[in-house]
Amino acid sequence: MFNSHIFIAFQTILVKEVRRFMRIWLQTLVPPAITIGLYFLIFGNLIGRRIGDMGGYNYIDFIVPGLIMMAVIQNAYANVSSSFFSNKFQRCVEEILVSPVPNYVILLGFVAGGMARGLMVGLIVTIMSFIFTDLHIEHIGLTLLVVLLTAMVFALAGFINALFANTFDDISIIPTFVLTPLIYLGGVFYSVELLPEFGQWISALNPVLYMINTFRFGILGSSDVNVWWALGMLFLFSGILFATAIMLLRRGTGLRH
Amino acid sequence: MTDRAQQAISIRDLKKTYANGFEALKGVDLDVAEGDFFALLGPNGAGKSTIIGIISTLVRSTSGEIQIFGKDVATHVYDTKLDLGVVPQEVNFSQFEKVGDIVRTQAGYYGLPSKLARERTEKYLKKLDLWDKRDNRARMLSGGMKRRLMIARALVHEPKLLILDEPTAGVDIELRRSMWDFLQEINRNGTTIILTTHYLEEAEYLCRNIAIINHGEIIENTSMRSLLGKLQQQTLIFDSIDEVSQAPQFDDAAIQSIWIDSNTFEVTMPANHDINALFAALTEQGVRVKGMRNKSNRLEELFLSRLQHGRESDNKPQQSVSSGKDADKQESANV
Repeated sequence: MFNSHIFIAFQTILVKEVRRFMRIWLQTLVPPAITIGLYFLIFGNLIGRRIGDMGGYNYIDFIVPGLIMMAVIQNAYANVSSSFFSNKFQRCVEEILVSPVPNYVILLGFVAGGMARGLMVGLIVTIMSFIFTDLHIEHIGLTLLVVLLTAMVFALAGFINALFANTFDDISIIPTFVLTPLIYLGGVFYSVELLPEFGQWISALNPVLYMINTFRFGILGSSDVNVWWALGMLFLFSGILFATAIMLLRRGTGLRH
Repeated sequence: MTDRAQQAISIRDLKKTYANGFEALKGVDLDVAEGDFFALLGPNGAGKSTIIGIISTLVRSTSGEIQIFGKDVATHVYDTKLDLGVVPQEVNFSQFEKVGDIVRTQAGYYGLPSKLARERTEKYLKKLDLWDKRDNRARMLSGGMKRRLMIARALVHEPKLLILDEPTAGVDIELRRSMWDFLQEINRNGTTIILTTHYLEEAEYLCRNIAIINHGEIIENTSMRSLLGKLQQQTLIFDSIDEVSQAPQFDDAAIQSIWIDSNTFEVTMPANHDINALFAALTEQGVRVKGMRNKSNRLEELFLSRLQHGRESDNKPQQSVSSGKDADKQESANV
């Protein structure tokens, strides 16, 4: 396939994905904005005043990066898993499979669509945070790199989930029983330094902790984890998940008889 | 064996056994010549959709080889997919997308630049009488419109080979006729068409060559003319102007007649019998005919007899016979 054709095919999938989540914006963009807005109001503003400082910052300043990251992770994952599974369920994935679009372009198109939604919700949440606090970004380049890599990792994970899924229940199990606990225990609302040593050791096994803290370092300039180690892990996860998704597509897992 | 490079599609020893052990294809050999209008017929579960699935890469074969215009589907993925358009049996587009977006998106998958994609979308939506529905959500379309949308979508990259899996199922007669005209037009313009259908008069009307598949094996593969030539006898129904009290009698013992009602009787006779002689005999008996028709579709009779024969002979597979491009099209037998 020629390079121009590959780019057009990629663009087509991406535009279709963006068109999909924009068409149903009341289901895709508004609910996370309301939920995170309530977190800002209740935990950040009302309860946060009584909590005082966390990690050397006002509590609301401390939780803003984590809440933005939570929105990005959940929406990047949900967009790809639900969209790709819906394509499978309605059999419209066959439109792509019979065409000459290479597997890696299919994967990149859907992942880019998931990243677009994750980043858009993240942007909405970021704008909302200005209502509650003066957000100042310390390291803009690192902040953008981390949010992009995190969105990609979870979009890739959502894609793999959708490949294996046979029912709509199958795409809600991982977000409910794996993602949500990892995010809430990943230092969105607290610094891991508050935990006992055993708790800190357990938290060190949670990859989301590294993502949230690296993002927090990008915005606030402080982190509970080694930023370079966290970045390396994000690249490694991206590579492993991409290779796994390509292998599954090549095998036709969940797509071809 | 034919020169495979000259064929639009050439299949050799294609086998498919599903994970549950069901043997859907047992070694299919099939050639369809470039420019042909080809019918692939068979009862439900015979293997038609599996063949189409393997050609379009939605189903993995267990073994065997497929070439499209001389190129192996497994090794020339891009070229062979570019040459192929598929209209599936079931609706497989997003019901929530707009009609125009569905076709334009498909053009994008084939790498068509946006301007060309828009032009082709307009061209094929107009040809299939869907242009005024371009901004409607697909779920709002009727069953017939959805089928036409799938044809427009399959044609947007202008493939050289179009496979239609029961394209007129559930479509009303008027619309079916207009779809036939359209398919004949694109076939005349050079597109090779493979059609599966349960409407045997459709296959007889449209197709020059035919293969019948049953239990995963090709049991007949020949030209439509040749197949219809195998018809041993035919049954005609006559409508008389005057009332008749009994069925007309014929000297030839090979001709049987049955009285149906005061203005209708049927005659069964050898397929090659002179119909003029039959009319002469009717005239002698004072029977004036105002209309005559076949009791059932000729291809239907042959189809059922081949399936029956296949069962009786333990489904022994036959050698692949190339479908000749020059085989004459058999016109509809309705008189």
